[in-house]
Amino acid sequence: MLPKRVARLRRVALIGLAGALTVSMAACGSKRGSGEGVNDTLVFGAAGAPKNFDPIFNDDGESFRPIRQMYDTLVRYKAGTTELEPDLATAWTPSPDGKSWTFTLRQGVKFHDGTPFNAAAVCFNFDRWYNMKGAAAQSQMIYYGDVFEGFAKNEGDATGSPVYKSCEAKDDTTAVINLNKAKGALPDAFGLTSLSISSPDALKKYDADNVTQSGDSFSYPAYATEHPTGTGPFKFDSFDKTNNTVTLVRNDDYWGDKAKVGKLIFKIIPDENARKQELAAGTIDGYDFPSPADYNSLKQAGDQVLIRPAFNILYLAINQKNNPKLTDVRVRQAIEYAINKQQLAKNKLPEGAYAQDQFLPNNVAGHTNSVAKFDYDPGKAKQLLADAGATDLTLNFYVPTEVTRPYMPSPVDIGAAITDDLKAVGIKVNVVQEPWNGGYKDDVQKTGKQDLHLLGWTGDYADAGNFIGTFFGRQKSEFGFNNPQIFSALSTADAQVTPDAKKSAYEQASVLISQYVPAVPLTSSPPAIVVAKNVHGLVPSPLTDERFATVSKG
Amino acid sequence: MLRFIIRRLLQVIPTLLVLSILVFAWLRLLPGGPAGALLGDKATPAKIADMNRILGLDQPIFVQYFKFLGRVLTGDFGSSLASGDSVLAEIGRRFPATIELSVCALVLAVAFGIPLGYLAARYHGRFLDNATVMTTLVGVAVPVFFLGVLLKYVFAQKLGILPPSGRQDVTIDATHLTGFFVLDGVLTGEFDASWDAIKHLILPAIALGSIPFAVIVRITRASVLDVQQEDFVRTAESKGLTTTVIRQRHILRNALLPVSTTIGLQTGLLLAGAVLTETVFNWQGLGSLMSEGIARRDYPRLQALLLLAALVYVIVNLLVDISYAIIDPRMRVR
Repeated sequence: MLPKRVARLRRVALIGLAGALTVSMAACGSKRGSGEGVNDTLVFGAAGAPKNFDPIFNDDGESFRPIRQMYDTLVRYKAGTTELEPDLATAWTPSPDGKSWTFTLRQGVKFHDGTPFNAAAVCFNFDRWYNMKGAAAQSQMIYYGDVFEGFAKNEGDATGSPVYKSCEAKDDTTAVINLNKAKGALPDAFGLTSLSISSPDALKKYDADNVTQSGDSFSYPAYATEHPTGTGPFKFDSFDKTNNTVTLVRNDDYWGDKAKVGKLIFKIIPDENARKQELAAGTIDGYDFPSPADYNSLKQAGDQVLIRPAFNILYLAINQKNNPKLTDVRVRQAIEYAINKQQLAKNKLPEGAYAQDQFLPNNVAGHTNSVAKFDYDPGKAKQLLADAGATDLTLNFYVPTEVTRPYMPSPVDIGAAITDDLKAVGIKVNVVQEPWNGGYKDDVQKTGKQDLHLLGWTGDYADAGNFIGTFFGRQKSEFGFNNPQIFSALSTADAQVTPDAKKSAYEQASVLISQYVPAVPLTSSPPAIVVAKNVHGLVPSPLTDERFATVSKG
Repeated sequence: MLRFIIRRLLQVIPTLLVLSILVFAWLRLLPGGPAGALLGDKATPAKIADMNRILGLDQPIFVQYFKFLGRVLTGDFGSSLASGDSVLAEIGRRFPATIELSVCALVLAVAFGIPLGYLAARYHGRFLDNATVMTTLVGVAVPVFFLGVLLKYVFAQKLGILPPSGRQDVTIDATHLTGFFVLDGVLTGEFDASWDAIKHLILPAIALGSIPFAVIVRITRASVLDVQQEDFVRTAESKGLTTTVIRQRHILRNALLPVSTTIGLQTGLLLAGAVLTETVFNWQGLGSLMSEGIARRDYPRLQALLLLAALVYVIVNLLVDISYAIIDPRMRVR
């Protein structure tokens, strides 16, 4: 019996082997699919999957990257800078009180579904955002909430009274947006990817507002998942979830310079090391945020490490709530004097990082040299601590783990360097490490358990309010102080309409903040993007707003 | 036999119920929640609280559990917080990838593991035996992700003969029917797509198969050595049976019993190994789905995946028991 079974097994194995051989032989025969030429397809390694493709429901870089290629905004940021330039609008003018913006629109622009772009389409988009219904949908509109504060009917808890009032389509090429109050973030915020203009027809046809909720989760409508329709240089082709790739194709009817490659594929590779190896093997043409530790080996392999201009800030926050000694400004100054920021920028952060004396990168209006400076001086730090009677200071220092952000590639190392500096001036430090997604942000921002913690911010657009307004504009458990002078300086600055008035108001606020030391500004550091040596035309953006239409291969 | 199988299947229900409570409670007791991950970097505490309220995560945990159980019983596992897709659809899409990889890994491990283990025992104490013991010791000790990175470095980066990660070249434009890429290529006649999928399969299958391979070799070797000492082997020898018959019918067959248990256990562990292997090789299967879910505290997805993993484990155990009955006739009688 057994020999018979063994014989049968052998037969099966032989058939299997023959099958495998046939497949591999046949493989040599057929060649298909790659006929359009490798240089017409650009493959970019993405670190995560996009949430969906409706610009208004997104706030993360992985979703924005494909969205930016498919959509246009009224104004946009000039390649490689934070300055504004025309996009769908060729001109934009505020009224003297800053409560209305008149846009002159580009002519002859068509959405990907062939419908015309005009003032009515612009108003349709703004009205859609303002009138959005459902707590689920509203809760996803992070950037709309930041800029316009409220909806026609607020259904979430946290939204305020709406800044947006109405939109008038005067004629096909003139749209006027009326506001309830002037907003300092404008016009820069009109360039936010979230505020991209969608085809009204497609929005209606694919039920775009219908974000539904079942149990503890959301589902997005067909517009957001399968039919994003903008005016950009690339059109949506597919999101292959089996293979985890997003494929876009060239929009041959684009109003501006046509995209140089016919096909743009975003291949989702969550593991950083895997992205690096795929680039080395040539299966992708580039990827975002290479680890600073890899810069040299990437360059040696001939790849181009493109350094973005720094547009972020890393700070050491001081929470005044738990330890009364921290309410003494001398103690906070001593902490700032104790930290060797130059050393930190040089040793713990990527090439191009610089030490900070304020909470604004140097390319944002409001950055000023007249801030109070506390350059590294351990002697002075000790003296101030003694003057304040705080020589026995013990501080709980919260440091995040399992995270890298553009402003802090390795928070644990940075935390260790700061701890050493503080110990050197006699401060006892009790380091508490917590995973970023495992309660860190809750503990430091919501409950405020800490005395000190590390955090940072990447700017969304070149407005000082987006940085210091966000940090110090109101009382927060992250910092635990109440300083009406700073709060009012920031809200005054936010209400300025002309660029000059805005700049000087924010400079004053920067000075006030620097004197009060609510936190210690540490560094600004540039993240990088890497592409293979045969990739040309990618301009690194401080806002991570890279456009692939200008990119070619070969 | 049938009654045995049915009884074992019924035992699965309480197991899954208890497990669902554990999984549910454990996920929610972890610090941090999905709202922060969902809203991203710019979320304020107020927005996170708002989101928790919308998601119902501010309710008592047992209320949440019974709501969850009610939905699951009606077949609604919810949609992923990360992608907004139905969790079942996500799992359905990723399942073939993991099966494709696991089957390959297991076939490699068994096809090479049993003969090697047997040969090592047969040449006990000689060079082949010593070399095998050493290699498999290393095989068990080297973490899967390290082996994965090493394989990629050598075969993809240095030699450039195999692709470093993914399941298929993204520029190949293949048609997908079943989600088993190798099979899809054969079915649609796109043999280059099949071949490309096979090339992508080799390195992850070796990495994932390394531990079961080493374990199978060692168990087979030990088991054969054991059985060789048994009285019935001596009896068979003294009866004058040929060595081939003794080896095939008496030694190998008896020695395979513990090996089949091991294979079963290893199949369950493959799913755990798949989390690492799939992450390293960017393999679009359940393992990488799970690791992405953990990073984002994607409760609906993790709940469904963990329950599925438990179900698979229980079923595999059942299959092992059945295979016992087939290999060892004595079990059928009992």
